[in-house]
Amino acid sequence: MKELVIVSGKGGTGKTTLAASFAALSNDKVMADCDVDAADLHLLLKPNILKTEKFISSQVAVIDQESCLACDICRNVCRFDAISEDYVVNPMDCEGCRFCERMCPIEAIHMEKQENGRWHIAETEFGPMVFAQLGVAEENSGQLVSLVRKEAQKLAKENNLNYIIIDGPPGVGCPVNSAITGAQLAVIVTEPTMSGIHDLMRILELTRQFRVPALVIVNKFDLNLENTKEIKSYCQKQQVEVVGEIPFDPGVIEALKAGEILVRFSGDGKVSEIVADIWKRVFNRLQLI
Amino acid sequence: MVISVASGKGGTGKTTIAVNLALALSNTQYLDCDVEEPNGHIFLKPDITKRVSVTLPYPRVNYDKCDFCGDCAKICEYGAIAVVKNQVLIFDDLCHSCGSCVMLCPQKAIYEVPQEIGIIEIGEGKGVLFAHGILKLGSTRAHPLVQEVKKYSDVSKTIIIDAPPGTSCPVVEAVKNADFCLLVTEPTPFGLNDLKLAVEMTREIGVPFGIVINRSDGKDSIIFDYARAENIPILLKIPMEREIAEAYSRGISLVESDDNYREVFRKLFADIQGRVGL
Repeated sequence: MKELVIVSGKGGTGKTTLAASFAALSNDKVMADCDVDAADLHLLLKPNILKTEKFISSQVAVIDQESCLACDICRNVCRFDAISEDYVVNPMDCEGCRFCERMCPIEAIHMEKQENGRWHIAETEFGPMVFAQLGVAEENSGQLVSLVRKEAQKLAKENNLNYIIIDGPPGVGCPVNSAITGAQLAVIVTEPTMSGIHDLMRILELTRQFRVPALVIVNKFDLNLENTKEIKSYCQKQQVEVVGEIPFDPGVIEALKAGEILVRFSGDGKVSEIVADIWKRVFNRLQLI
Repeated sequence: MVISVASGKGGTGKTTIAVNLALALSNTQYLDCDVEEPNGHIFLKPDITKRVSVTLPYPRVNYDKCDFCGDCAKICEYGAIAVVKNQVLIFDDLCHSCGSCVMLCPQKAIYEVPQEIGIIEIGEGKGVLFAHGILKLGSTRAHPLVQEVKKYSDVSKTIIIDAPPGTSCPVVEAVKNADFCLLVTEPTPFGLNDLKLAVEMTREIGVPFGIVINRSDGKDSIIFDYARAENIPILLKIPMEREIAEAYSRGISLVESDDNYREVFRKLFADIQGRVGL
């Protein structure tokens, strides 16, 4: 089983647009939306949800106001400033370490489990899919990403499918680390803007740290040809292949607005052809690994 | 006055709005709290006058004292410690630096060492006071780094905070305590879906907010219908224009490429002032 993960560093470069197109162009795979902060892939793949489960991973401290002696020990040991002067725990700041609970001399503190989000197993026109939504203002996005990947692996095994395509989160932090670790190949979607280049360098370095081979796609390449040139020469120096360049095309936005998958959207079809060609190259590379 | 600029979806134009507000107004400070991918410096081109390393304490074991009782591994709620035969394994990427293991080790065999999670750079660019955090690659502790960046707030200025994308804890940290939050979106189903999440988050934090529509097609009915139903003000629309995208790609702000935008952002600020009464 092989996992392909689509990441970008910078947000809004076109990860989900490409992930949905790859879903429509391929067989033999499970789709996994690991952008659990702001999952969007389901808007394009329109899945039929078969099963929904709660994601319960964290706990927060609760102080019993009646027995509390106001000794201040909990406030002194808490490193997250989660306990107010009148001994109320702010669940948004509490990281569930239980330090206060363990130090409280009269056991006035107990822990309560929290629902941090939900995850779904679904069926789409293009095969099985796993996706999730982290609750707003929640932590542990990395854990939810790992869970989505594990469930996708299970589904792949059960259905005898050989590939998993992961729509990854933006950034280079905790959820991205969880999305790329152990994957066989990363596709990095960038754009020829100063911000895009800056973020590309960081995500490339991260994939290197995790020893995940990477390919690069330049989206909206003709927006700034000079920057596109710079991206290509940078990638060449880093010995990273640029597998495709997608033009800045109003049709892409039209497809997005219509909630349609790019390669299925009727337009002049040029961009669709380019994306189909990119998928061929990516898939060939994946097979070689 | 502190204005935070956020969005559920990435790439909607948070940095564009934050940078242009900072440039259009006088006496401003720009704090880039998108520590995973900070981009404001590309537009403000600040002279960095100070660099600060941000560290968190991570546990280490004094093997002269450790008797491998395994209590630390049981105590750690994050699974960051494993005790195997004659060795204590510590996984820094899982550790939250809570300090429990240090205090509760019966042999007092655990001590802490500072490890860098990122840096903060402080300076000034184009008349705007500037600070940003840069998360060390591989570090999972964006949230505490955001907290540190916010400590450089200069309350004598109008502070503009550029938040990370998403709705999880580092975003909450960047938005909480602000006087107002601008939610930047785009008129697409993705934009709407992620805007709803951002609205839910901002309501939970309890910060007043309004919407900015970027890449507007003039109608934006998908966002308008939602905003009307939810009674959320739409404060600004920036049109979908290739020229704007090209200027952005070169690292040039709106107010620099078209002077009329100065007035647009000043009006936006006056509007926000009216709403929060500051």
